[in-house]
Amino acid sequence: MSDVERMDRREAIKWMLTAAATVSFLKSPGLAAAVPRGYGQDPKLMEAYNPGDLWPLTFSGDQRRTVAALCDVILPADEKSPSASQVKVPDFIDEWISAPYPTQAADRKLVIEGIAWLDQESQKRFRKKFVDLAEAEKKRLCDDICFEPKAARAFKRPAQFFSKMRDLTAGAFYTTPEGMKDLQYIGNVPLTKFEGPPPEVLAYLKLG
Amino acid sequence: MPLITSSKTKPSYDVIIVGSGAAGGQSAYVLAAAGAKVLILEAGRNYDPITESPMFNPPKQAPLRGAGTPDKPFGFYDATVDGGWTVPNEPYMVRRSRRGKGWYEATDVSLAGTDQNFMWWRARMLGGRTNHWGRIALRMGPYDFKPRERDGMGIDWPYNYEDLAPYYDKVESLIGVYGTNEGLENTPNSSPGTLLPPPKPRAYELLIKKACDRLKIPVIPAHLAILTQALDAGKVPARLHPDNPEAAGNLADAMRARLPCFWATPCGRGCAIKANYQSTTVHLPPALASGNLDIVTDAMVREVELGKDGKATGVIYIDKKTREEKRARARVIVLAASGCESARILLNSKSAQHPEGMANSSGKVGRYLMDTVGSDLSGQIPALENCPPHNEDGASELHMYMPWWLYQQQLSHQIDFPRGYHIEIGGGRMMPRLGIFDGLETLTGGSYGRKFKEDARRYYGSFVDFAGRGEMIPNEDSYCEIHPDVKDAWGIPVLRFHFKWSVHEEKQAAHMQKTFAQIIEAMGGKVMGKPELDGRKAIAPGGSIIHEVGTTCMGADPKKSVLNQYCQAWDVKNLFVTDGGPFVSNADKNPTLTIMANAWRACDHLLAEMKKGNI
Repeated sequence: MSDVERMDRREAIKWMLTAAATVSFLKSPGLAAAVPRGYGQDPKLMEAYNPGDLWPLTFSGDQRRTVAALCDVILPADEKSPSASQVKVPDFIDEWISAPYPTQAADRKLVIEGIAWLDQESQKRFRKKFVDLAEAEKKRLCDDICFEPKAARAFKRPAQFFSKMRDLTAGAFYTTPEGMKDLQYIGNVPLTKFEGPPPEVLAYLKLG
Repeated sequence: MPLITSSKTKPSYDVIIVGSGAAGGQSAYVLAAAGAKVLILEAGRNYDPITESPMFNPPKQAPLRGAGTPDKPFGFYDATVDGGWTVPNEPYMVRRSRRGKGWYEATDVSLAGTDQNFMWWRARMLGGRTNHWGRIALRMGPYDFKPRERDGMGIDWPYNYEDLAPYYDKVESLIGVYGTNEGLENTPNSSPGTLLPPPKPRAYELLIKKACDRLKIPVIPAHLAILTQALDAGKVPARLHPDNPEAAGNLADAMRARLPCFWATPCGRGCAIKANYQSTTVHLPPALASGNLDIVTDAMVREVELGKDGKATGVIYIDKKTREEKRARARVIVLAASGCESARILLNSKSAQHPEGMANSSGKVGRYLMDTVGSDLSGQIPALENCPPHNEDGASELHMYMPWWLYQQQLSHQIDFPRGYHIEIGGGRMMPRLGIFDGLETLTGGSYGRKFKEDARRYYGSFVDFAGRGEMIPNEDSYCEIHPDVKDAWGIPVLRFHFKWSVHEEKQAAHMQKTFAQIIEAMGGKVMGKPELDGRKAIAPGGSIIHEVGTTCMGADPKKSVLNQYCQAWDVKNLFVTDGGPFVSNADKNPTLTIMANAWRACDHLLAEMKKGNI
């Protein structure tokens, strides 16, 4: 059993415990235990949540590895910030596609099918799984699906998958402290005064 | 918030108020300050913004990075509790354009893809919708109260701007509103010394202004219910309550407990330092301090009861915690439950004297339901790319806006729709959120890898958003009524909605799109997507802007209206409705400030009538 699978199991056990705790609270035991639910309309807002806390996750070990490899193709480490997988973007993607809501359910289908396609296409072209491809090989594959308007007809659906993965990866990455630092977002701190844009900004925008 | 349970209520009150939001909070404030014994019945749970506002929580701590879901349509950290376009256990019925004729239970939270004819927002919590609202506090102008006089369409209010102006001053002084007096047409000034200074414009707001100056579109400081400095607790309370030192004292204490904005965190999450207006932090604390107010939460009012003398005697409500039916009695009943909920209560209050529902001899209860016309567009502005980093969180909401500027062109029929809109703006270097770079590929041609990171740095903060908010004219096809068969979990018959935009609103929405595209182009920018020039597609679904007004219209003629100019029911003189229900026009100005001013005016009349022994 790999580390990743162990983690999956831990998450599943945690989910079952959560579900059991929820049941007594909900007054409709049979139903609550069988169907994963959302967080409801009055969730605890002050708590910190992690993927797997609220509903069971989906990815198998292989799927998780493929997603991590793709996330890092989309956002690799560079001199300013770490890679997507280094800040646990794959966990977020798993949380996202596992969520019991309609938008996420639609994305779940696209992502699961997309992961399968990615590995099949890698096998077809290079006789390897996607995670085992060389960087140049990953790039050759991703170049065909990175922009739907220019993708060949056979690659339209995979291109939608790539686009979804890029949106989710970027969204998850830039909402981490590392991502915010990369973008030089410096707000969310209390100030005594709001002074408007500083002089260098006014000069940059020719608003002198 | 110190509350009582339904078993601890007094045998009788002077006034029962149904609802605790902008209208209920304002009504309770005025009545309790004057010494009336008041009971608020709130359908939602108790809510305490001091301990429950996740002000600084980063998106990474939230499920799904805080993205909106059917459970929390405005995102995980939105202050709304047990609310949204659907509410557990409380269905409502709608038409669906993609299905057959008939009534369907409302389910949608998707604004883009919905086929529902109306979306009804509720928030079942103390303070109601005031906890999450946008804080935009614009006065309606003289034209807005007399639209029919001006262009022959819609319905005139039974009073003038001048009748409400003193109450606008009072509400602004009480809750704290920033803004300036610009003296623009139909965009009233406040009395000198009433408004708080506006925050400085952000970089993108200055760029928008520069472009709009060339297009002759005014860009001025917005009016928002956010404290940019502490309220003057030494002077304002005495001015508001010249003959009532106790009320002034309670208000002064409440004002001192509020801190000015610290220029961080979104208002919609709630404000633990009480810098913005929420009923729960501004209206209810001084009202409770008077000792004259009891509040019972989880109390879902079903109907108003009528006595043999034709007067209301009290209400029947369901204690949601025990599911028991309860009664409360009072000399006067004030409905402040939101336009449609108040209409629902009246329509469900049937008796031999009022077979069609209470106060409904005109047949107008439920009629003239309005929302605001909404249409949005965003643009990418190259001048803002790679801008030097700086903090522009500001007051979290807009600092600047564009009031409607084409009144004269409309009057002379140079444009083909009769009523105006204002423009709300957003954008810039806001806190990154999920979806921040959705669709960036249209600008980058699908970049990924190291190139994407460079693109993200380049484009972050370079987007601006425009949201038009326009006037809807009341029409005969937009109303709510009771569904004959469907009941909610509390056994209360539910509403079903009829709703139609007219061509006036559709043309207005198309004009918004054209204007936004012009502004974006004048800024040297690029429209994201393309402007939607088909008004039917450009207009947001009814109810989605959450400016539900109408349905218990006021007027000068008892045959054509439910309420008189003081929000008093023609048919039952100790019954008042002080929420958005009395509105007979829905100007582009967001309704909350007017709800409060109108409620204050109504409660002054109520108190005077009580004093005279008329009710």
